[in-house]
Amino acid sequence: MSRVVILLPVVLFFALAGVFAYALYFKELFTGVAHNPSELPSALIDRPAPEFALPALRDDGQGLSSADLKGGGAKLVNVFASWCAPCRIEHPQLMEMAKAHGVTLHGIAYKDKPEDSRRFLEVLGDPFTRVGVDRDGRAAIDWGVYGVPETYVVDADGHIRYRHVGPLMPQDMEKMLGMVRELGR
Amino acid sequence: MRRWHALLTLVLLLLASPTLAVMPDEKLADPALEARAREISKELRCLVCQNQSIDDSDAGLARDLRVLVRERLVAGDSNDQVLRFVHDRYGDFVLLRPPVRPETWGLWFGPAVVLLIAGAGAAVYLRGRRKDAHAVAVSADLTPEEEARIAALLAKERGEKRS
Amino acid sequence: MIPEIGHYALVLALLLAIVQSVMPLVGAARGNVAWMEVGRPAAYGQLLMVTVAFGALMWAYIVSDFSVLNVAENSHSLKPMLYKISGTWGNHEGSLILWVLMLALFGAAVAWFGGNLPPTLKARVLAVQGMIGVGFLLFTLGTSNPFIRLDPAPLDGQDLNPLLQDPGLAFHPPFLYLGYVGFSLTFSFAAAALIEGRVDPAWGRWVRPWTLVAWASLTLGIALGSWWAYYELGWGGWWFWDPVENASLMPWLAGTALLHSAIVVEKRDALKTWTILLAILTFALSLMGTFLVRSGVLTSVHAFAVDPQRGIAILFLLVLATGGSLILYAMRAPSLKTGGLFAPVSREGALVLNNLLLSTATATVLIGTLYPLVLDAMGGSKISVGPPFFNATFVPLMIPLVAAMAVGPLLAGKRADLAGALGRLWAAIALTAVVVLWALWAHGADSVLALVGIAMAAWAFFGAIVEMAERIRLFRVPLADSIARARGLPHGAWGTTIAHAGLGVAIAGMVGTSAWVSEDIRVMRVGDTATVAGYEFRLDKVEELRVDNYITEQGTFTVLRDGAVIATLYPEQRWYPVARMETTEAAIHTTFVSDLYAVLGDRTEDGTGHTVRLYHHPLVPWIWFGSVVMVIGGLVSLSDRRFRIGVPQGRGQSGKAPSAGGIAPQPAE
Repeated sequence: MSRVVILLPVVLFFALAGVFAYALYFKELFTGVAHNPSELPSALIDRPAPEFALPALRDDGQGLSSADLKGGGAKLVNVFASWCAPCRIEHPQLMEMAKAHGVTLHGIAYKDKPEDSRRFLEVLGDPFTRVGVDRDGRAAIDWGVYGVPETYVVDADGHIRYRHVGPLMPQDMEKMLGMVRELGR
Repeated sequence: MRRWHALLTLVLLLLASPTLAVMPDEKLADPALEARAREISKELRCLVCQNQSIDDSDAGLARDLRVLVRERLVAGDSNDQVLRFVHDRYGDFVLLRPPVRPETWGLWFGPAVVLLIAGAGAAVYLRGRRKDAHAVAVSADLTPEEEARIAALLAKERGEKRS
Repeated sequence: MIPEIGHYALVLALLLAIVQSVMPLVGAARGNVAWMEVGRPAAYGQLLMVTVAFGALMWAYIVSDFSVLNVAENSHSLKPMLYKISGTWGNHEGSLILWVLMLALFGAAVAWFGGNLPPTLKARVLAVQGMIGVGFLLFTLGTSNPFIRLDPAPLDGQDLNPLLQDPGLAFHPPFLYLGYVGFSLTFSFAAAALIEGRVDPAWGRWVRPWTLVAWASLTLGIALGSWWAYYELGWGGWWFWDPVENASLMPWLAGTALLHSAIVVEKRDALKTWTILLAILTFALSLMGTFLVRSGVLTSVHAFAVDPQRGIAILFLLVLATGGSLILYAMRAPSLKTGGLFAPVSREGALVLNNLLLSTATATVLIGTLYPLVLDAMGGSKISVGPPFFNATFVPLMIPLVAAMAVGPLLAGKRADLAGALGRLWAAIALTAVVVLWALWAHGADSVLALVGIAMAAWAFFGAIVEMAERIRLFRVPLADSIARARGLPHGAWGTTIAHAGLGVAIAGMVGTSAWVSEDIRVMRVGDTATVAGYEFRLDKVEELRVDNYITEQGTFTVLRDGAVIATLYPEQRWYPVARMETTEAAIHTTFVSDLYAVLGDRTEDGTGHTVRLYHHPLVPWIWFGSVVMVIGGLVSLSDRRFRIGVPQGRGQSGKAPSAGGIAPQPAE
């Protein structure tokens, strides 16, 4: 009995050390995803995209609302802003997906002056089919956005299937393209 | 990847320019509602700053959430409804008081279990100390002569201490 | 050249640490006195070399040698001298050197003051201390060398994070490390005792002063940190249950338990297996704190130098030190003999209760801090554990702890009379009731928790005072006799009273500011006034100033009460161009029973006014005043003659081998 009690601290400690080691090192090794305490999964995965209706950014009158997300195969929704530096970093990838791979991409201009968002797209290129203006960031809250840029994969039924937080780098783009291809079938 | 993340954090930090947390224009006129809003805000984590409640945070998103909380309250939501509203959008991470469910039983009941086990351990230990004390006392039953001798010795020692 | 000397000294320190960890250990095992004796000069040598290294780094900071990468990354030529110096440890690499310096300091201290230790125990303590030194020196040299050069050298540095350019934070880490590292010595004592296979009252006595040093430093370090948060973060919060804060609180709680359980070892030769475990765990928690802060496994507002590579290295150290000693513990602890006997209701019984509650509290903080990480690692959801959790779990544990705290010292050793002790506390009970009635009258019954809290504070404080009054039989015997008794009391008894009273004062501060704070947030224009808790704040002017390495917008508030000027406050909003960071500097006027706290925010968009936050924080200075009183209690206890070097160790102390003879006479009742 007392032997067992004496062994308890050792056992508990090594279990804890194992968790530390896993989070710090082995998780990346086994799953390919590094432990990142500040990255959050979306609460809306596999749930319908929230109800919203945003006015159009461009003169074409193509605003963005929940109705636009239903039907028409899988699509991406990108939350961006002209004041957001990482958005500039990911922009080439967005352009490539829209132009070279024909992916449908919708944009939400987050807490940004419309003229600034427009200039942003004029200078860097416009990959979006529809762009809604979320001036006060309220629609973004319904999406659970916590930092721009964020990119969502929405399936044909208008359900959110995946969220990427932070700039979309080339390897992230490959992953997204694969997902869109699979959902599009 | 990690570099980009650091960059993102940096940008978010810049976003979160250190103005003050709750701003005058956010406050509700009704002090009771405002007090409830503050209470709720202390339960919600500012997601951008990672370890502050939205009540303490300067970040833009925290401000938006504070305004949202107040709007819901004005619209007549109960405190729980407001918390559920935010929870629905941001998930468990936004709650500073984690919901009680099987996954978090270890968290919520762990301390009580530790207290019970440690308490039982302490009780067993204390009983052992006392039982032994009793046993020693019984085995060392003194003869009247011995007791008298001890009493004399003790008296002498006390006398010495006083002097 | 000087950085290279520092680097070289660090390598020499490592070699000396290796010698220190091997030779005395082998010597003690073989009974080779000459080898055992090597520990002492090696410890001195290590201290000397690490001091040289630390001095070299500090020199590089003082002269702003930006050819050193570490200096270039963390300093700036325009920075005030104080922060150039404190910048030495305001970064990961430099703070590690400071850590190693303190490790060496404690090693040398035990070599210097340990004349009364049995030679084998001393040799083993030094060896274990040396091993920890080897680990940290290897870590420093391998992953975090501060002496790396930069070529070409930049013209100026990138500046220290402005939040760290602050007197509170300049001295917070050294004390914190002194605490953390101080527990390395109790750890070494525990490990050495396990190697020896013997723990006796003398061991309890030897380990207690070092525990006291570490505990007092850690208390001061934590208090400085929370004080910094209070005035720097700009809304008067002083504790956030942030993982980094918890990382320092856990060793403090465990160390406090250790401080008390060592008394039972010393006085009653009991609770030995537990105390050894506690000594190991306290240092393990210190190491884990370092790991959590520096590895990036948790997110925190304070985390610095987040780097998984370093995280793995610290984890390795943690596993080696803690895992190794716990295995040694599992092997040796069952053979430790149980000693003295006591009834559940006795001073020793109260100390067991203290340990039960403090270790449960430690476990609660541990669970709350690590649960999100463990859940995430096991594939569960991502959760946050914040103040609401700790308020619901930790605080209830403190209530019985404080309730028992006032009673414990009044109980006699071995077997005591609880009713009698409570009876002798009648004055404390009455005074506590008066305080609670005052709180009811002044603040109402809105917050029951606040009333319970203030009752606890009063109970702890008056309980300590009454206990002391009882000891010296105040008002029962002529005053001169009482004074004579007070003089005759051991310093340890005084230390207990002072520290317990200090905790009562600190609790009052915590409760006061949490429950009864008044706040006003508004836009003010020059000439406007705002009233908070009966104090009138008048904004007189706002001006822009250029100081050292920052630009500041400074407001001037005049605070009036009933028309009379009480204070002038100068809150600031600073902009550090080099670091590209803004900080708010709150202005605080303290009246000792409360703080007036003003923060200047952004200019409104129309440019005519400023957002301001004004607070009245009742009792808040008591948090830090009480903490300092606790530290003083620790130091008074430390000055107890039983701990002094060269004083004969009581009856039957041969000085050659540990024996049960070192039991101190019970203080006269």
